[in-house]
Amino acid sequence: MTALLSVRDVHTRYGVGKQVLRAVDGVSFDVERGETVGLVGESGCGKSTLGKTILRLVPSAEGEIRLDGADITHLGARAMAPHRRRMQMIFQDPFGSLNPRQTIRTVLDTALKVHGQGDRGERARRLQEIVARVGLPADALDRYPHEFSGGQRQRIGIARALVLQPALIVCDEPVSALDVSIQAQILNLLVDLKRDLGLSYLFISHDLSVVRYFADRVLVMYLGRIVESASHATLWRDPRHPYTKALFAAVPSADPTHKRAAPPIKGELTTDLSAGCRFNARCPAATERCRVEEPLLRPVGEGHHAACHFA
Amino acid sequence: MSLLAVEGLTVAFPGNIAVREASFAIAPGETLALVGESGCGKSVTAFSVMRLLAPNARVTAGRILFDGIDLLAMTPAAMREIRGKQISLIQQEPMTSLNPVLSIGAQIAEVIRRHERVTRKAARARVVELLELVRIPDAARRIDDYPHNLSGGMRQRVMIAMAVACGPKLLIADEPTTALDVTTQSQVLDLLDDLRRRLGMAVLLITHDLGVVAQWADRICVMYAGRIVEQAAIGAFFTRPMHPYSRGLLGARVDVGADEHYSLNRLSEIPGSVGSAAGEAGCAFAPRCPLVVPGCRLAVPPLIAQGERAVACPVVI
Amino acid sequence: MQADKLVDVGSRAASRKGRRLRAFLRNPTFLAGLSILSFFVAIALLAGWLFPTDPQDMVAQPLLWPGDDPAYLLGSDSLGRDVLAQLVYGTRASLMVGVASAAIGLAIGMVVGSAAGYFGGWIDTLLMRLVELFQTTPTFLLVIVIVAIREPSLSTIALAIGLASWPTVARLVRAQFRSLRESDFVMAARSLGYSSTRIIVQEILPNALPPVIVAASVMIANAILTEAGLSFLNMRDPNVISWGGMIGDGRDQLRSAWFLTALPGAAIAAAVLSLNLVGDGLNEILNPRSDDA
Repeated sequence: MTALLSVRDVHTRYGVGKQVLRAVDGVSFDVERGETVGLVGESGCGKSTLGKTILRLVPSAEGEIRLDGADITHLGARAMAPHRRRMQMIFQDPFGSLNPRQTIRTVLDTALKVHGQGDRGERARRLQEIVARVGLPADALDRYPHEFSGGQRQRIGIARALVLQPALIVCDEPVSALDVSIQAQILNLLVDLKRDLGLSYLFISHDLSVVRYFADRVLVMYLGRIVESASHATLWRDPRHPYTKALFAAVPSADPTHKRAAPPIKGELTTDLSAGCRFNARCPAATERCRVEEPLLRPVGEGHHAACHFA
Repeated sequence: MSLLAVEGLTVAFPGNIAVREASFAIAPGETLALVGESGCGKSVTAFSVMRLLAPNARVTAGRILFDGIDLLAMTPAAMREIRGKQISLIQQEPMTSLNPVLSIGAQIAEVIRRHERVTRKAARARVVELLELVRIPDAARRIDDYPHNLSGGMRQRVMIAMAVACGPKLLIADEPTTALDVTTQSQVLDLLDDLRRRLGMAVLLITHDLGVVAQWADRICVMYAGRIVEQAAIGAFFTRPMHPYSRGLLGARVDVGADEHYSLNRLSEIPGSVGSAAGEAGCAFAPRCPLVVPGCRLAVPPLIAQGERAVACPVVI
Repeated sequence: MQADKLVDVGSRAASRKGRRLRAFLRNPTFLAGLSILSFFVAIALLAGWLFPTDPQDMVAQPLLWPGDDPAYLLGSDSLGRDVLAQLVYGTRASLMVGVASAAIGLAIGMVVGSAAGYFGGWIDTLLMRLVELFQTTPTFLLVIVIVAIREPSLSTIALAIGLASWPTVARLVRAQFRSLRESDFVMAARSLGYSSTRIIVQEILPNALPPVIVAASVMIANAILTEAGLSFLNMRDPNVISWGGMIGDGRDQLRSAWFLTALPGAAIAAAVLSLNLVGDGLNEILNPRSDDA
C-alpha cells in the first residue's frame, strides 16, 4: 500500500535579492496512514517552509510530492481542489490565523461552500458538530475571533482544518504560542482527534519535549536537510547525529537535580552552505572529512537514518 | 538584609488591575524566578521595579525598597541614576531592543558614559572588555558592527554587556531567551549565571519556562492572575509543589527527560483559561482548581508563609 | 430552543453594533467633523427648497453688504446675485465633485492596488510603473490638462480629479495587500482551496479597508480644494455655481467688498476641515486595536 504522503527530493528556494536561499534542500520522507511524524529543528532550518511546500502554499523548485499515490507537485488550482480537501494545516499564531472580520460560522461555512459540500441545513449541522468536537461552546459560531482566548482560537483553527474531513493535517507549531496549561489541552485534543478520526499528522515544532510526547516518528532538520530520522523511542534512546545530541542536551529539564552538561555545540545556525557537512562548523566531532565531503542520510539501525560520517 | 524588597505592590491599568498586593524579596547575589503565564502580571511587576510602566498604569499601593530606599518615592532624576547603574534590564526581543543605526560599541559606550565620567578612549577599552566578558569572539573587531550584522544570540549578548556595563546590583531579565533557539538559550543563560557569580549581582528572571527555572534559578515566585500564589526554594518547589496551580503547571508540562508518549499516557491539563474567573470574588484559580472547596469562592486566600516557602491556598496547607 | 438561539445571536450582534456606535459617539473629533459635514450635506440636499429661484439670477442691487438688506442676508455680488443662494448651491457643486472624484479615484486605486499587491511579480512591477508615471506628474497640472482637453463641465472636473488622485489609493491598498497576503488567515484560505477572487474580496479587502476609508475623506477634501483652484482659474462649468468660482468672481472687488471672497473661502475651509476631522476620527475608531474596548 502506498504511503499517505510521500515526499521525494523536494527543494524550495526563495530569491532574496540576487541571492537564492535554499530553504528546503533535498528532503524525502513518507507519512503513513494514522502516523504522526514529528519534524523538529531550530528557527530558520526550513521546517515551516517544508510544511507549506507540501501543502502547495509555496512552490517547490524540484522534487515530487505524492498524496495517496497521486503526484500533486504541479497540479493547477482546479485539479488541486479535491486534494486540498485531503490535507489541511493548523497554524502557530492563534491571533493571526483567523480573519478578524469574519464570524466563526463564516470561516467554517465558506470552506464547505467552496467545496460544494452539503445543502444549507446539512452544513449548519456539520458546523454544530465540529464546534462541539473541538470543545467550543455551542454559541461560538456567531462570534468573532477577538471574543475568544488564545487557546479557544487555536480550537477554532483546528475546527477549520477539520471541517473538510482531511486525512492529513500539517501542524505548524500549533502550541508554541500558547501558555503551558493551554498547551496540554490542545495536545490532548489533537490526540483524541487522531484516534477518533484516524488522522495523520505532520507535526512541526522547535520544542523537543512536545515532539517527544506527540510523534511516532521524528525527523530532525538542519539547514534545509533532514539529518536524522527514527522512531520516537529509538531517537530518544540512541540519537546518532551530533546535532540531535546537542539539541537534547540543550533542553532544560524541570528537574533541578538533573544537572545539564553544557551542550556540545558551538555558535549558532548560519546560512553558510559551503562544501562538506552543513553542521561541521558547530560540530564538536568534526574532522577534515566533514569539511570536504557531505554526508548522506544512511541507515544506522532498524528504521533509523542519520546523515553523519561517524554515526 | 534583602537587596530588593517589594511590599504589597498593586498596579492598576484602566479597567484592570495587573498586579495585586505582590510581596517578595531578593537577596544579594541570588536568582529569583518570577513565573506565570502571559498576562499574569510578571512583566508589569518587573517594569514597576524599573519605574518604566506604561503611561496609563498607576501604582496604587505598595513600596519597592532597593537597598532600603523606596524607589517609588524617588524623583525621576534620581531614578535615572539608578537605572542602568544599580538596576538594569534585559528584554525579550534582542532585535528591537538595540538601535539599528548605531554600532553596538557606541551603544554600550553610551551607557558607560551616561553614568561615569570616562574618556572616549577609556570607554572604548571598557566596551572591548565587556564584549569579551559576554564571550563575543573577536571583540575588538566586532565592536564596530551594527545590530543587523549579528545573530539573535549575539544581540542578546550585546544586551547583556550593556546591562552589566556599570556593575549593577540587580539585573532584571524579562524572558531573555524566549526569542532564541534552544541551543542558544542554554548558552545565554549559562553566561548570565556565570556573570551573576563573577559580578555578584542578583537576578530577577522572568520566564514562563519551568525548565529554565529548574536549571538556572535559586528561588521561584509563581504568579497567577496578578497575585503571587507560591514562593519556594527551587529544590522544594520541584519535589513538592504546593499550590494547585503550581501542581497543574508542572503536571501539564511535557518534560524532555520524562518517558511520556501520547500512546501511553494523557497529559494532565488545567481546564478552562485565566479568563474563567472574570468578575468573581475569591481565589482567581477556583474555577479551574481540582481541590476547590466552597470557601475558595468567598475570599481571596492570603499568602501564608511557612518557613522558607509561602502558599496562597488554605486547602493544601 | 431555536428561537432562543436566534434572539441570543441577534442581541449579540446588536451589542457589537452598539459598541461600535458608542465608540463613534465618544470620539469628539469625529463628532465635530460629522456635525459640520452633515450641515453641508443637508444644505446641499435642501438647496432647491431653500432657494427655489436660479442663484445666477440678478435679483438685488449690486454689492450689498451682509446685513444691508434682510432679504439678502449675506449681501450680493457685483452682478446683484444673492451671495447666500450662491453659497448654498456652491455646496452642492463642491460636494458632488468631491464625492464623485473620490469614488473614481477609489475604484481605480483599489483595483490597481489590490491586483499589484496580491499577485506581485511582473503584474506588480507593471502597475507600479504606471502609478509612478502618474505620481511624477504634478496633480494640479494633470487636472488642468485633462479639463483643457475636454469642455470644463462638472463631470469632466470630477473625472480629472479622480484620474489624478488614484495613485495614492493604489499605493495604500497595495501596501495593505502585501502584508495581509502573507498573513496566516490568507494562507489558511489558500490551503482550503479558495479562488484568488474570493481571497481578495472576502478575506483581504475587508481588512485592508479602514485606512482606505480614512484616505477617502481626505480625498474628498482635496478634491474640493482642487475644484476651487480650477474654478478660480476660470476652468469651470459656467452654468454651475461653485465656491471656487465665487472667489474668482470676487477677486476684482477684493479691496472694496472682501466678503465676496472671504465667505466662500470660509465655506471651503470649513468643509475641508470637517472632512479631515472625520478622517482623523475614523482613523482612531477603525483602528483594530480599539475593537476590543
